[in-house]
Amino acid sequence: MSTAQKPAPIEVHDVTVAYRHRPVLWDIDVTLPEGNLIAICGPNGAGKSTLIKAIMGLVPLASGKVEIFGKPAKQGRTLVAYVPQRESVDWDFPTTALDVVLMGRYGHLPLFGRPRKRDKEIARQSLEKVGMLDYADRQISQLSGGQQQRVFLARALAQQTRVYLMDEPFAGVDASTEKAIVVLLRDLREQGCTVAVVHHDLQSVPEYFDTVMLLNLRLVAFGPVETTFTSENLNKTYGGRLSLLTEVGERLRKSEWSARR
Amino acid sequence: MSHAVWIMLVGSLAATACALVGCFLVLRKQAMMGDAISHSVLPGIVLAFLITESRAPIPMLIGAGSFGLLTAFLTGALERYGRLQPDASIGVTFTWLFAVGVIMVSAFTGQVDLDAECVLYGEIAASPWDIWLVGDRSMGPRAVWILGAITIANLAFVTFGFKHLKLCSFDPALASAVGMNVSLWHYLLMGFVSLTTVGAFESVGAILVVAMLIVPANTAYLLTDRLWRMIVLSVVFGVASAIGGYWLAATIDGSIAGAMAVMSGAYFLIVMFISPKHGVIAGYIARRHPFAAADAVVE
Amino acid sequence: MECAALNPPAVLISVSASLAPWLEFFTFRDINLRLILAGCVLLGISAGVLGCFAFLRKRSLLGDALAHSALPGVCAAFMLTGTKDPVIILIGATVSCWVGAISIDLITKHTRVKEESALGMVLSVFFGAGILMLTHIQRSGNASQAGLDKFLFGQASSMLDRDVWTLAIVGTIMLCAVALAYKEFKLISFDAEFGTALGLPTRMLEIALSTLIVLAVAIGLQAVGVVLMAAMLVTPAAAARYWTDHLGNMLLLSGFFGAISGAIGTYISYLGPRMPTGPWMVVAVTIVFLMSLLVAPKRGIIARVLLLRRIRRKTAEENILRTLYVTGEKEQRMDAPSSVAELQQFRTMNPWILDRTLDRLMDRGLVNETREGFFALTSDGIARGARLTRLHRLWELYLTRKLELAPDHVHDDAEEIEHIITPELEALLVAALDDPAVDPHAKKIPPAMDRESAIS
Repeated sequence: MSTAQKPAPIEVHDVTVAYRHRPVLWDIDVTLPEGNLIAICGPNGAGKSTLIKAIMGLVPLASGKVEIFGKPAKQGRTLVAYVPQRESVDWDFPTTALDVVLMGRYGHLPLFGRPRKRDKEIARQSLEKVGMLDYADRQISQLSGGQQQRVFLARALAQQTRVYLMDEPFAGVDASTEKAIVVLLRDLREQGCTVAVVHHDLQSVPEYFDTVMLLNLRLVAFGPVETTFTSENLNKTYGGRLSLLTEVGERLRKSEWSARR
Repeated sequence: MSHAVWIMLVGSLAATACALVGCFLVLRKQAMMGDAISHSVLPGIVLAFLITESRAPIPMLIGAGSFGLLTAFLTGALERYGRLQPDASIGVTFTWLFAVGVIMVSAFTGQVDLDAECVLYGEIAASPWDIWLVGDRSMGPRAVWILGAITIANLAFVTFGFKHLKLCSFDPALASAVGMNVSLWHYLLMGFVSLTTVGAFESVGAILVVAMLIVPANTAYLLTDRLWRMIVLSVVFGVASAIGGYWLAATIDGSIAGAMAVMSGAYFLIVMFISPKHGVIAGYIARRHPFAAADAVVE
Repeated sequence: MECAALNPPAVLISVSASLAPWLEFFTFRDINLRLILAGCVLLGISAGVLGCFAFLRKRSLLGDALAHSALPGVCAAFMLTGTKDPVIILIGATVSCWVGAISIDLITKHTRVKEESALGMVLSVFFGAGILMLTHIQRSGNASQAGLDKFLFGQASSMLDRDVWTLAIVGTIMLCAVALAYKEFKLISFDAEFGTALGLPTRMLEIALSTLIVLAVAIGLQAVGVVLMAAMLVTPAAAARYWTDHLGNMLLLSGFFGAISGAIGTYISYLGPRMPTGPWMVVAVTIVFLMSLLVAPKRGIIARVLLLRRIRRKTAEENILRTLYVTGEKEQRMDAPSSVAELQQFRTMNPWILDRTLDRLMDRGLVNETREGFFALTSDGIARGARLTRLHRLWELYLTRKLELAPDHVHDDAEEIEHIITPELEALLVAALDDPAVDPHAKKIPPAMDRESAIS
């Protein structure tokens, strides 16, 4: 191990994201540690999905910056595997499960290059890791919700990276898929990967995750589950319909108009 | 009255009638349905011509109105029973109906007093001469009477149905729960759009109808957040397009309907940039100083 | 240089008049006809292929908007250069379409106007501008402008060989581009965000795809016309989707459908010189669509209706078998006959359906008519009835034990589920319930059958 400070997988520096004058994320400053399973929790509209998209450069930042392994986000994002919400695609698209997983290899292929045998092998292995190898040639519209989620996970595995950002992978899946995903996450952690997961089921957080990030427009708390996942912090995150900052955001939006009239 | 005034009046009436129903089309994200209907009424019009061998307005309105509703039904049927996505359902239906209409026009050019191109952009310049004769008395241009009647009908529809249209457009689930027949209001709206299209067809043609339905409404949409204000503003912009368009066409010597469409686009472009709330310039300034006002508000 | 638009038929009829026109077409002796046919077919292919991507991205009407936006460009090209050279016109149309595409994008991104409104606005305003320019040109009395209006509805017969060659070359380049970037286009159509996350130049790819669609529109205008070009982009793709679940096959099929529509449109235009090609191409492709909608296997309407009928019949048959079996259990005689009336008591069914179902069961050797109006299970029927009853009672037990439902609430559920439990599910149930012997109502669960033998 070199003595120099190894850059953290993901560093978020004072990031603010706004959508039509309304702040969705405010001054988020957090560093994700390596080899950890991190849960990102917060009420609806807290900005959890937006944070992931902001890290991947999918939404513009109003201020702040993101670094991935020390590199600027746009360069470093090839080192991160992104698992979007299931609803973000139309599953009626004419393609098979294997084909979707193969898309995860496109980052390793030259533009306009054809997938090679090796890529197809990796894709099949990824499907096998999520227990979907038998469904490789199945049309994706014929898959159940849990199976679709597994295909998305396999796609991320096929990228062979060390950092995973997952947006609600447990949403609407059956119990056996949920178990399978947990096993997968733990495997990834054993290998030293970093996995950040937007998670909505508070009950299971202490059981599945090592670290937790509590988010509600701003960073409420971040740290090991034992010390951070307290009822006090949870109250701060979920309690009170309009936290101070949401209130400010609302007034801001209205004042922008009055300033202009 | 001078011909210029008659023409501008006809154009303004068309614009007003269109703006009244067009606002709802835009808000319900059914603008392209308006485009579809304004094309697919063509076979209905031709049929009316062939059957009555005249240009009597009532058969035309019936013929075209029914084809407009047919479009709405077929589109819905393709979606539901054909499991076809909505945008493709519209695309497949109206292009086919319009094609049939053009074929009919070409096949029966002798019997049908329609020119395929005229269908597209009308002959508004001829409207002052197209007089409605009752016995021996001249009642003025036909177009004024037809479009005037349709404008009043649309006004009545929008006024009496305001609550229903508003709720069915924004929250169909709630409207249903409250007992409104969402489906009925959808087809009523489509029906009135068909009527409006047909009424305007002769004078301004299919394309201008689409422009008048959608563009002034969107211009108004960028200026206000209140529904009734949006309707009023879209009528204003529609009339402005009609008047501006006449002068543009006179200057360049081209199709008046085309010029009216261009003017409506020009107004939209201007408002798109300078609108205080929703304009591009306003948005640009806001992004530069995202929370400049925040400091004042936070403490 | 330009052909007199008033007499296009003269070019086509010049060949031998010995055969009737509708046969003459197929001899392809007319050079012009060959060229025009080639042009329309190529246009059909490229529109069909590119239309698939628009379709899959749920933007079928984009083609409509782009086609209408081409008109000002066509007129401008003519006004600036004074010629109707196909390359110039193509450039004009492409630039104009491009401005339209960018406008739609800008309006959608920078204002709260919704995308489909933006489509409609660009469509009508650009087209209005085009009409304004076209009428201005027509009224200016410039003789060489005659024939510009063919761009409205298409007039393939007025295409010259230069038009067709331009179309052929551009079309071929486009199809090569699609083949080259196939996997990238597939990705951005399915999950563009993921593409960006992977580091792909998604924006550039989207622009490239849009450019190809714009080109497909531009080269098709002469044959189909501005107003109906939209159909060639939507309908073949929609038709192809019914036949296949594989993107590559969908592209090929869509291209094929576009091609035959082009051929049919040309044919009819050849037969009836007054007929513009565009509308007939659209009618042809719509008929192809309707046929696809109806007869395509799996996704077609007829296939779905037949499947539904099969399922209903199977359910009715199995219900009757079970009723007879349960009656047999009561009477302690598995082949006890029941009358139609008795069957109706247990299971209200449309009498006509009941009759037909019994007929089918007899055809398959599962039921006998012991005497007039009385029906009993055969040994095969008993085996089937036993299996169904087994599945029914296993499921009832599962519901009461694992979901803790009350015993009197589980019957209806089991009535539905018994028809779909596979042998694999059955094995799982047996394992989960520890190989049970009785159901929640203390009725015996028939033992598993050896599938080859029929035990009575």
